[in-house]
Amino acid sequence: MSEPETPSAPSCSRLFLVFTRIALTSFGGGVSGWLLREFVQNRKWMTQEEFLNGLSISQALPGVNVKNMAVWIGYRLLGWRGAVIGFVGIIVPPAIVIVLLGTVFSSLSRYPLTHIALTGAAAAAVGLSLSMGITAARAVPRKAVPISIMAGTFIAVALLHWPLFWVVLAAGFVSVAYTYAAAS
Amino acid sequence: MSESPHTSLLSLLAVFAPLSLVTIGGGQSAIADINRQVVDVHQWLSQAQFVDAFAISRMAPGPGSLLVTLIGWQVAGFWGAVVATLAIFGPTTFLIYAVAHMWSRNGGARWKRALETGLRPVAAGMILASTYVLLQAIDGGWFARAVALASTATLLLTRVNPLHLIGAGVAIFVGLHAISLA
Repeated sequence: MSEPETPSAPSCSRLFLVFTRIALTSFGGGVSGWLLREFVQNRKWMTQEEFLNGLSISQALPGVNVKNMAVWIGYRLLGWRGAVIGFVGIIVPPAIVIVLLGTVFSSLSRYPLTHIALTGAAAAAVGLSLSMGITAARAVPRKAVPISIMAGTFIAVALLHWPLFWVVLAAGFVSVAYTYAAAS
Repeated sequence: MSESPHTSLLSLLAVFAPLSLVTIGGGQSAIADINRQVVDVHQWLSQAQFVDAFAISRMAPGPGSLLVTLIGWQVAGFWGAVVATLAIFGPTTFLIYAVAHMWSRNGGARWKRALETGLRPVAAGMILASTYVLLQAIDGGWFARAVALASTATLLLTRVNPLHLIGAGVAIFVGLHAISLA
């Protein structure tokens, strides 16, 4: 008699509105927490396990985590239409906002204060970047090979200015192959 | 700058589409290379303009990689923004779509775990490299670096909203400027 705990799928427009709202209210990270609260806890559109699987895949694959996650969630809920809705909902509204902000700032660019204000913002934002780097570095296993791969990537990109694409391809291949072999 | 609009769109695509595929651990990791391509290789923006665009992208909502949208817009207007956005977000979207499609059928737990754990050191190295490049690029010398480090410490030790820190950065710099004028 009792309904199984099958999460029900939303309509296309509901899904689009939820993604857009999250996109426009997310500043500087923490969006995965938002998505979890909206999709799993509040609306019960998917199970927590399904969500967490998607999260680890979104982080492992290249691409912005939030965007990957939106495409993943959209696909699970509404197939290819959901994936398109996830992509458009999470990218397009903030893309319009950033272009508007850029227009405002460039029309203010003849005032020296604009560049000073933006430098202050950039300095604080670099702190955000460094704190993320430290958090990511802490998650690296404390073993010779992973630590060397991290250091090698840093040196190749920051100091030697090698093209990122080839550095990541090589370092990623070596690192994943090593991890796979070491897991046996 | 002397490129025709058509060439600019193709260059934007050629620069950002390959970068899209190496943004492991989020768009943050590619900033070092975006900086190199945009300022050094193609000279689309000056270093100061790049730092301004970076700051704007951190103040705006949504993914930080929208920095690329802003760059595209500054290089080639509306279509520049569209092409740059699709170039940086498109390829990985097809990738995650394909994986979402296949994931449910395929067990492969060991392969999945190797992918997750193995990419971690690469992502950490890239994010730290991007931070290093930005620290070099920023105006304001040691003072700006001190603000950056204070911001890092605050973020690691508290649950403060990053947007408030960015606001504080603006206030500190503008305040300092006002004092030195007085």
